Amino acid sequence: MTQHYNLPDERGHFGPYGGKFVAETLMGPIQELEEAYLRYMQDPEFLTELDADLQHYVGRPSPLYHAERWSRHLGGAQLYLKREDLNHTGAHKVNNTIGQALLAKRMGKTRIIAETGAGQHGVATATVAARLGLECVVYMGAVDVARQSLNVYRMKLLGAKVVAVESGSKTLKDALNEALRDWVTNVDNTFYIIGTVAGPHPYPAMVRDFQTVIGREAKEQCLTMTGRLPDALVACVGGGSNAIGLFYPFIDDASVKMYGVEAAGDGVETGRHSAPLCAGRPGVLHGNRTYLIEDDDGEIIETHSISAGLDYPGVGPEHAWLKDSGRAEYVNITDDEALKGFHDLTEMEGIIPALESSHAIAYTTKLAPTMPKDSIIIINLSGRGDKDIMTLAQREGIEL
Amino acid sequence: MSRLAAKFEELSKSGRKALIPFLTAGDPHPDFTVPMMHAMVEVGVDIIELGVPFSDPMADGPVIQKASERALAHKMSLRKVLNAVAEFRRKDDQTPVVLMGYLNPIEAMGYEDFANAAQRVEIDGVLTVDLPPEEADFCVSLLKERGIDPIFLLAPNSNEERIRKMDAAGSGYIYYVSLKGVTGAGHLNTADVEERLKLIRANTQLPIGIGFGVKDAETAKTVAHLGDGVVVGSALISKIEANLDNPEQACSEIVDLLKAMRAAMDE
Repeated sequence: MTQHYNLPDERGHFGPYGGKFVAETLMGPIQELEEAYLRYMQDPEFLTELDADLQHYVGRPSPLYHAERWSRHLGGAQLYLKREDLNHTGAHKVNNTIGQALLAKRMGKTRIIAETGAGQHGVATATVAARLGLECVVYMGAVDVARQSLNVYRMKLLGAKVVAVESGSKTLKDALNEALRDWVTNVDNTFYIIGTVAGPHPYPAMVRDFQTVIGREAKEQCLTMTGRLPDALVACVGGGSNAIGLFYPFIDDASVKMYGVEAAGDGVETGRHSAPLCAGRPGVLHGNRTYLIEDDDGEIIETHSISAGLDYPGVGPEHAWLKDSGRAEYVNITDDEALKGFHDLTEMEGIIPALESSHAIAYTTKLAPTMPKDSIIIINLSGRGDKDIMTLAQREGIEL
Repeated sequence: MSRLAAKFEELSKSGRKALIPFLTAGDPHPDFTVPMMHAMVEVGVDIIELGVPFSDPMADGPVIQKASERALAHKMSLRKVLNAVAEFRRKDDQTPVVLMGYLNPIEAMGYEDFANAAQRVEIDGVLTVDLPPEEADFCVSLLKERGIDPIFLLAPNSNEERIRKMDAAGSGYIYYVSLKGVTGAGHLNTADVEERLKLIRANTQLPIGIGFGVKDAETAKTVAHLGDGVVVGSALISKIEANLDNPEQACSEIVDLLKAMRAAMDE
């Protein structure tokens, strides 16, 4: 680790990870995007508009909440929840879609496309597109369309066209493929809002920069509330945007441990999981080099998680680098453990977490008891669980 | 001189253009591939682009996506594609073969292992859709050291700087993607392609193969006038898709289409 972390390099690399692995037709557009992103992230007028939107439309800052009862119950570290679930649209995703949509507008693009897994990023994109009066097309795997019908309807209400993707495994990775195909075809008027810290450079850096508002606020709030930095951060990792948003402002604070929690599905040892950092190996997919879940021939394998938002065979390249460098630790939580975490938080704090965030909750129940009572953990509560009620009821055999 | 360079030189001397069919290896079945390649050579094609199937073919339209899925259903892999080329070479040590696919199967096999194996089975060129010259230094030198041409794509929105990059990194030929979009899409705009080709020619001496939008004898002929080679992919694969229960029929329809293209291009 260098003393001041400043990745990616000018070519979009985090060590051996990241980069721009795209077909030639997209090289021009990502270059154009990179220039706009570098320019507007320095532009006071753009940043003022972004801040105002985050405050008045999203409802930031989100609270940092001391979960005292849950802390007492676990009998170890003091647990603080960063309440991204209280954002407009119910998750951290909107921090990024607001930023990218403002960029799209500045770049004169009239059409927005996005991929979505659980539908949270699709909803957050459709929301900002509606507000800015931009045409919006959301690609979603046919399997996800079936299991997240509520979000599909929400997107339609918001005026977006939802395209069910029938190719490949019909899940998030295929939705991303299809969105890339759309972008290649309609590059002139279209802005592709990627929902996570993956894709070709500049997306991993840009999405991170829009999400770091989480970590900046959390750091300031923690200092104000407790007078010191936290000892550990815990966040779930699918693509990894909520985790990097929390981690990034703390990377140079060596005393702060970072735990990224991947989805182990039925258990990493069963092969039915979504945990590339814990059980995958480096490869190239969707424009960047990162850890992937693939077979010996380099074909991408179908992933599994109860949480559609973590059901992705890759992970942001910056996480790959943080793993290799040892700065962050990546662990995994099974579907069953996540469900227990879901119930724990719901019953003890009156907060219903998203199934994605429940992975972070579940890991905290293992970590907190090993730490002293005066230590502090910040857990990113990346989204709320309303969208998951049907999945949960079905899983637990309850008819609504 | 590489087999590809020699081929383009020979064509240029006789005033002809290269006919370059694309075939996804292993589609509809691994046994189909090598006999189909020989049949293509008999019709008079000049170079064969052999597609390596990948689970996530981001730059391909539905026709080639499905071809990839069919091949993968038969457990086709990069190693098996290399074996197929070895088998092809037993009867044909003349026709240049170019592998076309995505980076991850090569990354998984290991760059050096791949380059060695490609040299062993006499692959002439490698075109990796998602490997732009910016990321390709390592791979390009491994291939060039072994006499294999790295082939790059140019698109309608590639500027002069990028054309020069491809010229520096690539050899054999440049594949010009004639439209913004995925394989098998849309219609060719001849005037646009003509305009772009002027810019490309001004910045590279490499032969230009033109693909995307070549559907029949007529479009093949039009494209042949513009570039040095005509790449045809989805139009051929459609014949496989239309005759899944009858591969012999697919083969004979592909042969007929290529014959018609060859004749139109040589008129």
